[in-house]
Amino acid sequence: MIRFLTKGLLRDRSRSLFPVLVITLTVTLVIFSIGFLKGTMNSLLLDTAVILTGHEKVVTRAYHEESQLMPNDLALLEVDQLVADLHQNYPEFFWSPRIKFAGLLDVPDENGETKIQGPVLAVGIDFFSDGSREIELWELERLMVSGRLPEHRDDVLISSKLADQLNVKAGESVTFIGSTMDNAFSTYNFNIAGTFNLRKGQTDKQMMLVDLSGARAALDMENAASAIFGFIHSLYYDDEAAVMLRDEYNETHSDSLDIFSPFMLALRDGNQMGTMVDISGAIMAIMGGIFLVVVMVVLWNMGLMNGLRRYGEVGLRLALGESKGQVYRSMISEAVIIGLTGTVIGTGIGLALTYYVQENGIDYTKGIEALSNSSMVMPNVFYAQVTPDLLYIGFVPGVLATVLGTMLAGLAVYKREMAQLFKELET
Amino acid sequence: MENTAVATINHLLKQFPVGGGFFTALNDVTLTFRKREFTGLVGPSGSGKTTLLNIIGGLDSPTEGTVNVLGKALDNTSHGERALLRRKHMGFIFQSYNLLPVYTVFENVELPLILNKVEEKERDEMVKEALEWVGLSDKINSRPAMLSGGECQRTAIARAIVHRPELVLADEPTANLDAENSHHIMEIMVKLNKELSTSFIFATHDEKIMAYLRRIIHLDDSQITEDEHIENPTGGPT
Repeated sequence: MIRFLTKGLLRDRSRSLFPVLVITLTVTLVIFSIGFLKGTMNSLLLDTAVILTGHEKVVTRAYHEESQLMPNDLALLEVDQLVADLHQNYPEFFWSPRIKFAGLLDVPDENGETKIQGPVLAVGIDFFSDGSREIELWELERLMVSGRLPEHRDDVLISSKLADQLNVKAGESVTFIGSTMDNAFSTYNFNIAGTFNLRKGQTDKQMMLVDLSGARAALDMENAASAIFGFIHSLYYDDEAAVMLRDEYNETHSDSLDIFSPFMLALRDGNQMGTMVDISGAIMAIMGGIFLVVVMVVLWNMGLMNGLRRYGEVGLRLALGESKGQVYRSMISEAVIIGLTGTVIGTGIGLALTYYVQENGIDYTKGIEALSNSSMVMPNVFYAQVTPDLLYIGFVPGVLATVLGTMLAGLAVYKREMAQLFKELET
Repeated sequence: MENTAVATINHLLKQFPVGGGFFTALNDVTLTFRKREFTGLVGPSGSGKTTLLNIIGGLDSPTEGTVNVLGKALDNTSHGERALLRRKHMGFIFQSYNLLPVYTVFENVELPLILNKVEEKERDEMVKEALEWVGLSDKINSRPAMLSGGECQRTAIARAIVHRPELVLADEPTANLDAENSHHIMEIMVKLNKELSTSFIFATHDEKIMAYLRRIIHLDDSQITEDEHIENPTGGPT
């Protein structure tokens, strides 16, 4: 009987091809939408994390209290050991020191006199260490506008907006004017290796990226850092894990009476980031939930209609002596086969599409650039995110809804008045 | 063997609830159908022909009275047992053929054998034989959409008799056919009745069928008005 029904299923496209196409399309949409939603939410969080907070950030308690002033005199000391300990104790994250500092950038003319000066917000990141993922985190290879990546301690990258403002190009020299860690006056010459555009609105308006060693030399911060940033290896923020780690670290490593004691902050501890994390979670749940319900109704309805459409065939099989249970079970089996086929194909296509957008993104540059005064770190390109749950989430609408719809339609088999079969089969 | 009863009905009453009361479809019907009979239930619409066919086929239950079909008292059997009785021992022919459009002629005829779990090789032989009886050996791989009305009904007949049932119930089997095809169909059924010893019960008001019947039971207003035995039917071979 299974072979007989399979033959019918394969030949009757309205019973096989059409439902499989609908389920495939629906599951693809579910997978991609949820993947894109997650990716977009994670993009928003990751951009802030890369520039401002990390998934975790270790600073001194005193630095945390005064963080708006970028107080490098309150920076972490003996950072190499701290980083090594973090790597050893929390290997699910990767850790990287940062130095954030501000000052003036002086551009000399051909005589060495000041041609133009402008404020600069500099970030010292680890360009050169083996295993450092800073270039990947900042996506610098993709976001370079001109020049090359830094190769020496004194090489810097400046944003294309700052380069335009100061009228400088890759290959020229600039002088940083600021203060050292000990609040002494500091001047330091850097070479502009290249320019970049983070494509995150106005975030990089005055930004300069320098290697950690260059920043340490300029600020006299040997083996010190403003903060140590930690990121989950997948770069997908897990708020629960981040909060758990923060609490554990602060309980075991931080002394509340020592203002220079290291203190860990999770991404959600940043300015209003907790609200952002909670809102993004709520949006995800609401939108994902609504979308799932809608597609479930569509597929439920398809299962229902498919069952009702075969009223005549079911009647004939009952008249010929097939039991109601057998007919019902065969309808459910068909729905499971159709649902599984559509879901597997849909999941494959959905994952492929999500992966493509994860790698290439969708560019909203024009819209984002219009938000010129926004203080939030906004990405110009939104990326999807392939997460493990995308492997099974499509089965909820694809199989469950289809089978439930068929089960409901199939109940008509049990309610069917056998005495009406001859009459019904006359039409 | 000739006189073995395939169905015995005693004081059958069948009522359907209508509004606050009941509509009586069959009233005090007592009948015996014997093996190899070629019987027609004849009467105007609403006279109870299809209801009687339903009850004999185990598709409906009597309100009162007893019905015994092929040795089973239907008033004491479950839905499952009645389904088994239909599957193993009965064949059905419908006015609208009710062939499954996605299956070939062969596969449509094969369905009752699959339901009865007949081995594939034996199934193959039985289907081919049934199609030979109805003269459709050359249409074995055709789909119903490619057949004429007469060919569709012949396929339905092959499906009804492929598992060699003792009883075939047919509801207006020629109603959708022209005269020539109707006669052809009836000739096939007369032949099967003789060669396979299958009993046929028709519900009909088609004059062309009546000419082939050897027993005509007239129903009117829910009751049997006449039970007529015909020695030499004019429509076909006796």
